[in-house]
Amino acid sequence: MPDEAPVLEMRKISKVFPGVKALSGVDFRLLRGEVHAIMGQNGAGKSTLVKVLTGVHEQDSGEILLEGKAIRPSSPLAAQKLGISTVYQEVNLCSNLSVAENILIGRQPMKLGRIDWKELNRRAEEALKRLNVEIDVTLSLSSYSIAIQQMVAIARVLDVSSKILILDEPTSSLDEAEVARLFELIRKLRDQGLAILFITHFLDQTYAISDRITVLQNGLFCGEYRTAELPKLELIAKMLGKELSEFSYATEHAARKKEATTERKAPDLLRVRHLGLRGSIAPFDLELGEGEVLGLAGLLGSGRTEMAKLIFGIDSADQGEVEVKGKKANIGSPRAAMKFGMGFCSEDRKNEGVFGELTVRENIVLALQVRRGMLKSIPYAKQLEIADELIASLKIKTPSAENVAFQLSGGNLQKVMLARWLATHPTVLILDEPTRGIDVGAKLEIMELILNLSKQGMGVIFISSEFEEVARCSGRIAVLKDHAKIGELSGQDVDERKIVRTIAEGG
Amino acid sequence: MASVRSLMRSRLVWPLTALACLFLFNFFFTPNFFQMEVKDGHLYGNLIDIIKNAAPIMLIAIGLTLVIATHGIDISVGSVVAISAGVVAIMLGGDLAGQARFPLPVAIGAALLVSTAAGVWNGLLVSRIGLQPIIATLILFVAGRGIAMVFTNAMVIWLYVKPFAIWGQGYLFGLPFSLYVVAVLLALTALVTRRSAIGLFIEAVGINPTAARFSGINAKNMLLGVYAFTGFCAGVSGLVVCSTVMSADGNNAGNLFELDAILAVVLGGTSLNGGKFYLFGSMIGALIIQTLTTTIYAFNVPPEISQVVKALVVYAISLLQSEKFRARVAGVFARGRAAA
Amino acid sequence: MTRRLLDSRNLSILATLGLFVVMFGAGSTAFTGFFSFQNFLNLFIDNAYLLIIAVGMTFVIISGGIDLSVGSMLGLATMISASLVEKSHLNPLLVILIVLLNGTVLGFLMGCLIHFFDLPPFIITLAGLYLGRGLCYVVSIDTIAISDSFFEQAAHIQIPILGGAFLSPSAVIALVVAALGAWVLRYTRFGRTVYAMGGNEQSALLMGLPVGRTKIAIYALSGFCSALAGVVFTFYTLSGYALDGKGMELDAIATVVIGGTLLTGGVGNAFGTVVGVLVYGTIQVLIVFQGTLNSWWTRIVIGFLVFVFCLLQRVFEARKGTTVVRSVSREPTAVAGGNA
Repeated sequence: MPDEAPVLEMRKISKVFPGVKALSGVDFRLLRGEVHAIMGQNGAGKSTLVKVLTGVHEQDSGEILLEGKAIRPSSPLAAQKLGISTVYQEVNLCSNLSVAENILIGRQPMKLGRIDWKELNRRAEEALKRLNVEIDVTLSLSSYSIAIQQMVAIARVLDVSSKILILDEPTSSLDEAEVARLFELIRKLRDQGLAILFITHFLDQTYAISDRITVLQNGLFCGEYRTAELPKLELIAKMLGKELSEFSYATEHAARKKEATTERKAPDLLRVRHLGLRGSIAPFDLELGEGEVLGLAGLLGSGRTEMAKLIFGIDSADQGEVEVKGKKANIGSPRAAMKFGMGFCSEDRKNEGVFGELTVRENIVLALQVRRGMLKSIPYAKQLEIADELIASLKIKTPSAENVAFQLSGGNLQKVMLARWLATHPTVLILDEPTRGIDVGAKLEIMELILNLSKQGMGVIFISSEFEEVARCSGRIAVLKDHAKIGELSGQDVDERKIVRTIAEGG
Repeated sequence: MASVRSLMRSRLVWPLTALACLFLFNFFFTPNFFQMEVKDGHLYGNLIDIIKNAAPIMLIAIGLTLVIATHGIDISVGSVVAISAGVVAIMLGGDLAGQARFPLPVAIGAALLVSTAAGVWNGLLVSRIGLQPIIATLILFVAGRGIAMVFTNAMVIWLYVKPFAIWGQGYLFGLPFSLYVVAVLLALTALVTRRSAIGLFIEAVGINPTAARFSGINAKNMLLGVYAFTGFCAGVSGLVVCSTVMSADGNNAGNLFELDAILAVVLGGTSLNGGKFYLFGSMIGALIIQTLTTTIYAFNVPPEISQVVKALVVYAISLLQSEKFRARVAGVFARGRAAA
Repeated sequence: MTRRLLDSRNLSILATLGLFVVMFGAGSTAFTGFFSFQNFLNLFIDNAYLLIIAVGMTFVIISGGIDLSVGSMLGLATMISASLVEKSHLNPLLVILIVLLNGTVLGFLMGCLIHFFDLPPFIITLAGLYLGRGLCYVVSIDTIAISDSFFEQAAHIQIPILGGAFLSPSAVIALVVAALGAWVLRYTRFGRTVYAMGGNEQSALLMGLPVGRTKIAIYALSGFCSALAGVVFTFYTLSGYALDGKGMELDAIATVVIGGTLLTGGVGNAFGTVVGVLVYGTIQVLIVFQGTLNSWWTRIVIGFLVFVFCLLQRVFEARKGTTVVRSVSREPTAVAGGNA
């Protein structure tokens, strides 16, 4: 690909949200006729960068040049008018309307003061033909699979004429064949000269389809590379913000692991066989012993949360079985899981964990109260005692237990959720990103806490995107990639480097 | 307990103030508003009237508060009132001599059973079938009055069973009997929801149904329960309504009760978005509405006009609860301040 | 062709049409004198007002909203018409114009509140119901009889159709409104935007459609239809009565739902609504012919049909749940109070 003038250039883009530096002086450029991927972990800034480009946010400093001219899109509509089109994961179309109408609504051809349906259908068919898609455009959009719906979405934006096409996580709901078909289309569009920005967390797909990769880490620009010249290992390293050589060995840790392998295997608390859910996570096996910390390691979107939700009964598996302490367990709901002594601390605390309008005390004792049953209310004094104890031991920053939860900062909310499950004294505790949004000092505290809990006999499943943490706390690690478990590490292999290598090579 | 009470107190300040303002207004402008006299061994006066007239709404508002706390709504309550009144009237019947067709407790029990069944119906539609509350309760709203009219054969059924009159017309220790009915139901509900964890679970389901489910709460059963209970409350309300006029009018009984009850709950501090609920607040809300109506009436304005006032109050409260509105008003003030 | 026929959108109308045919057929076999062309046309004559309201309601519900004020707005229209014609002696045509304007403006205002401040339609229009009814009483508490010649002619003129059968001017107006409504929904960009909004308002916004303008226009349209229906109603009753239209919003919603429009929005059409009104009218006629049944059975049957259709719609929705986008949180629809 000859290096011509880029169709898009973003220079020194910075964006600050209250308390968070989302982007700091980030550069980005897009050439005509290429597929460019933006890679980065959670909080790296890729979604913010795209939102600035598509007009959802306005940058604090820096400029955007489209074909050499400075632009400042004020809304997604404005961005679209400039030629920057986006197709999202959720396919923002109206599924009740026909395919043809979705492509042309707002610009329907008129004849004698009324919509010319015949012409509408014809133009829609043409638009889809350009993408090698031939379907009955008069049927409602909902009669087609997500894969086709995405094609329709792409057809719509291209019909409006685009200079840049942004595909935001387009493959999350597609199966292999549909992904292949989509990639065929992307290549065709690229060869026609379209500039395509491809956002995905699937590592292998990035290597299959993109020509170049820009890596962001913690709001900073890490580099722009030709895909062919960037080995997977190096990409992962950059995403994590480290140099290859920096991956820690944690020798003391290694010594501890050596001990563990000579010990007799602890009695099983949890045994999972072939548990899976189509579209969510491939069937997997898992074992958790008493006093053991099992880490689930993988990149963003690898399926760790899906795995946890399946074990805890939030999602219903369509195959496989679970055994708790040797007995077959039918875990069809969170309540059932709790009966077996399990607890689950969700990573999405806002939507799945915190009750903003309830007090800290109420948030903390809720799960315990559920276990006790609806009728036997925990006496107020006892509730206060439990809450105060956990507030102290987790160092939750709140004026009192009676403060309303939404007044707390993110990190403290995370601790409140942790407190909720600790109050139930579970035998198996699943922690999904318990250290996210917490300062460094608190992170260490939590990791200490996890190790202490395991010493007391609790089985812990620990999920974190920071491999170093996972390696430090866990006795064994299940490695996940692209919605499947691809390997398990134990003993001396429990270290960051090995995790990274497994992801790069496995799958 | 002290801090919980203080929290409740702070939310109750607003509705109490509103009520106090109304009383103050009447104190200055309405002659004899606070006058009370004792006749036939019990109290008479405007204040007594307010309580008596508010009682049916207060009863409904008790259950409706819990429904709204789950981020739901029930617009069928008026129709259920009519059904309940119809059932008790038919079962009591009563020739002019006052002989009932069925014993009083049986008739009352039947009415309450039917009303609770109506509530269960609503609850099943919402929790098991997954219909939106407004749609689910719309069905009974449409059909309920028809059912009531069929029960009463489209006639107004008159009752002559004297003992039944106490519900709506009787007095106990000088105060209206219906007040005691409200007090008992209120006390029981407050006790059950606050002494047990039921109240907490209801609030959790309303605030964040996903998190509630993840914490092991059976959201479906909670929903079923609150709608069934509201049906029961509407049933009790129907008894009081029927007893007050000693007749059951399927067409008019419970007319427009639903908006009054919703308004009472909202005025009382419970948000339509669900979450924390305030039973006592809803009671004050009902009193506010009734005082408003009585005030208007005292000025010789036809009572129907009060509907216009109620509507305007609803609009005002909706705007105040709207974030967009508050943001705009704040914006106007900020600009004003900046210009100054 | 078969696939198109079985497409869920059309399946519903077929069901309703089938229902009507079955009912009309059943009546024809059961009762002598039932089956006649005039009886069929009478369905339009007797329910002209309902059809007009239902067409307006169709627009609102397809867009994902709801309008509970239509009944009382109809009443307001009858009151204002009667009052201006009889008491102020204004020209009937001028009066009709004023009434239509009034209805449109009130609807427009409600639409503005709903759009600009993100307020739930059911609360705003429910308060509108109160407001309208209260204003009816402000106009007059008593019934106003209309003796104006224009109105009398409109009431009694018979427009011959085929072989002796006739339609009233009201029925013709209603059919014209229905036809216009169908045309607008199918052939104008405005109409298609209504569908898009009902399907997914967020997406409609992102696709660049004028959602705000359309939303306000829809409620204004519904207000216009209510007013027009009120005028037509006065042709029918030759009077203005403050309780006119009580409960009519539910009849309108029921006919729209039975006609195949989804209460959740995005699906429906005017033709289905016409058939829904026919079904409604047939049920009433059947009950009259039956003779022994209380006419309130209409309410029950309608409520039951609404339930059945809602259930079917829900089953369809559940079956179609193809994509599992787990991370998307539930959005409350315009018909507020959602919790499932």
